[in-house]
Amino acid sequence: MLAFVAQRIAQTGLVMLTVAFVAFAMFHFIGDPINNMVSQDATAEQREQVRRHLGLDDPFPLQFAYFISNAVHGDFGVSYRLSLPVGALIAERLPATLELVFVAASIALLVGMPLGVYTGLYRRGVVSRLLLGLTLVGISLPTFLTGLILILIFSLWLGWLPSFGRGEVVDLGIWSTGFLTASGRRALVLPSITLALFQLALITRLVRAGMLEVLGSDYIRFARARGLPNRLVLFGHALKNTLVPVMTNVGLQIGALIAFAIITETVFQWPGMGLLFLQAIRFADIPVMAAYLMLTALLFGVINLAVDLLYGAIDPRVRGESSHHKGS
Amino acid sequence: MAIVLLLVNLLAAFLASSATAEIFRYSTTGDILGLDPHTNNEGTTNAMKMNIYEGLLHRAWDLSLHPALATQWQQVEPTRWRFNLRQGVKFHNGNTFDADDVLVSFDRIRSSQSDMSYAVGTVSSINKIDAYTIELVTTVPDPTLLLALPAFLIMDQQWLEQNEAMQPVRGTMAGNFANTHANGTGPFRLVERQADTRTVLEPNADWWGEPRHNITKAIFQPIANDATRVAALLTGEMDLIYPVPLQDIDRINRTDHVRTLEGPELRTIFLGFDQWRDESLDMPGSGRNPFKDVRVRRAVYHAIDEQAIARVVMRGAARPAGLMIAPGINGYPGEPMDQRLPYDPAMAKRLLAEAGYPDGFPVTFDCPTDRYVKDEAICTAIVSMLQRVGIRVIPNFQTKTLYFDKISIKGGNRTSFFLLGWTPNTFDVFNTLQNVMTMHPEGHGIFNCGRYSNPEVEQLTVQIQRETDPQKRDALVREAFRIHQEDVGHIPLHQQYLAWGMADTVAEIKQRPFNDVDLRYVVMRSGTAAAAQTSSGGDRKP
Repeated sequence: MLAFVAQRIAQTGLVMLTVAFVAFAMFHFIGDPINNMVSQDATAEQREQVRRHLGLDDPFPLQFAYFISNAVHGDFGVSYRLSLPVGALIAERLPATLELVFVAASIALLVGMPLGVYTGLYRRGVVSRLLLGLTLVGISLPTFLTGLILILIFSLWLGWLPSFGRGEVVDLGIWSTGFLTASGRRALVLPSITLALFQLALITRLVRAGMLEVLGSDYIRFARARGLPNRLVLFGHALKNTLVPVMTNVGLQIGALIAFAIITETVFQWPGMGLLFLQAIRFADIPVMAAYLMLTALLFGVINLAVDLLYGAIDPRVRGESSHHKGS
Repeated sequence: MAIVLLLVNLLAAFLASSATAEIFRYSTTGDILGLDPHTNNEGTTNAMKMNIYEGLLHRAWDLSLHPALATQWQQVEPTRWRFNLRQGVKFHNGNTFDADDVLVSFDRIRSSQSDMSYAVGTVSSINKIDAYTIELVTTVPDPTLLLALPAFLIMDQQWLEQNEAMQPVRGTMAGNFANTHANGTGPFRLVERQADTRTVLEPNADWWGEPRHNITKAIFQPIANDATRVAALLTGEMDLIYPVPLQDIDRINRTDHVRTLEGPELRTIFLGFDQWRDESLDMPGSGRNPFKDVRVRRAVYHAIDEQAIARVVMRGAARPAGLMIAPGINGYPGEPMDQRLPYDPAMAKRLLAEAGYPDGFPVTFDCPTDRYVKDEAICTAIVSMLQRVGIRVIPNFQTKTLYFDKISIKGGNRTSFFLLGWTPNTFDVFNTLQNVMTMHPEGHGIFNCGRYSNPEVEQLTVQIQRETDPQKRDALVREAFRIHQEDVGHIPLHQQYLAWGMADTVAEIKQRPFNDVDLRYVVMRSGTAAAAQTSSGGDRKP
């Protein structure tokens, strides 16, 4: 088990190194950040000076080596746009994104699973068909459009919820939270629904498909034949066995949620990492982009590891297999 | 009884506070880049700096110059100016302002990492006569010294020393204090700043001047997404937003409690041509560069229907231009010269045939997609207009970062034909002549990307820089622009309009001809801010 975890951590490290390298190579195609940093009538000499100061005139391998050696020490440089340390910037934005993703994932799970079970059980019902139709809309609507429609309805027409921002946040030392204030909670509603909608629809459909398959299997028929109460059959046996694919999906999708958050955050001016990243692209703010991409790679690595470990908890067969297989 | 009295008192206090709390909330596309008054020469950032800091002079909303930290000035010799400083002025931290602060600020703004040195471009030294008198010495007699001087913002010597911020610093943590904190003498002081989220200012109660505004608090919150920004205005979460996307102007004006405020900007949008390569980048092996022939440049001019661009693409929010500078810039040669060549495709075809290109020629058109209002749509319109006269234009749309890389000097001006905009940030014609319309002497032509170079214009530009007699200077400017027009050195297109969206909570705001807000000129309608607060339910502090 321990060997398995160690191996996965080493793999994650390798992935991050690769991501950093590819990202760094790509930065040479997004243009010169100097133009955004100096005055429009700065002379060529002044521009050269800034370039030297930032180390942008070093050859690529040297720049990359500096970046990696600094990053290993936890130093991601200074943002070209805001002149603030990247580490501090990301630490400041991470809570906003993670809170948003946490609420969105919760909504997706807590609403999506019951809907999936319901539509699986009453698959010919009118309500089920209506719900399935709606999930199709949820899957096919692009996130930015969902966000704008929600703003139109709930901010503009009804005036219930704010159209942008995170509301008042409470600073808890290293973590700033919007959960503790009324305006912070209200501000969470629209962005988290926007972000959750796609996942919610996906989970509904996954659970439904799983339920349909499991309900037709022999052991369910056998359980019913034993006279077990319906509730126990459905939730104790059927649902539990549909959870493995749902888990995989949710795990991987949490990574995707963080990635999708870029769009949701831009629509709602949510001060998270996604917004930071998008603005960094516009400004050719290389240190921020590099740090963000590496952090995303790290998150995916950690999530995948967690999912692998959770498999074992839900399905003992996987545990035996993986420790036997990977441990050798 | 006592409880009732207390309640009545509380109620009275609440009513009083809500009646006088004029909170002004405004938004634009991006955050300010920082608070250091001597770095980050960018529109929104500069405006914010000038809410907090002051220069020796203040440039009012109508571009007129007024005393600020200097009360009087006099040109004692052609190259020496004497300034009397205002006495009794305090920085926001309570320190007293005097001549030493000006001297330290001068060293700071001229240091290698400063972006704002243009504000003191020709000043070689500043001498202290006494605590409230200084003398500026210029390298050459500079008729436009005062025009750029409002951007020379004064910092507190003691504050800089205490916080080790004597030099502006870009990109490193050490000594970056002045970029995240602020201490000026201006009418507003910084209360709170969260990068990309909110910047909060409150009036400086000890300001020396008589405030024109009536706001008690200003909250600046950037909103990147156009639709969200407009929604925030319509819901009452914002009192003012800019820019309003052109397609939303009608809608805002049809809505009851909001309206737009429009006016021309100082930036001129224009086209430029490669006039220095012997062989066009797009015609390898031909040995020809059509744009070296003035008839071809003239043909392009005649082929462009700017009225249509202004009407259709810009939806009327543009002022067609015949000159490379806007009215309001010092030295503007006047309306009679500000005329465009007529739209005449037949003439364009004739000129092309005369020049030896009856069937046109191929050319790549470099165009940014995120720099100017409707830049991409303007270019698309121009492409089809030029194709109509036979010029085979292939547009090359890129984001501004890549676009500037390609057309800039550093990139070797790798362009044959491009769209660009220029605002002289000194408010003087010389800036445009120097950076856009000449190549010589050394240091000129930083954004003369097609390298238009006419020795006569360059000679005149040198004279314009030094001529102190305004009438003689204006005549020189007219002559330089006349030659440039005859050469068709560039094709001016238009000045784009500013479009701001405003809620009824704002009684009046003076719009300067550039896209940023000077809080000195914001007047709120009394009592409405509190009402808007309850109805919007936005995320505001009570």
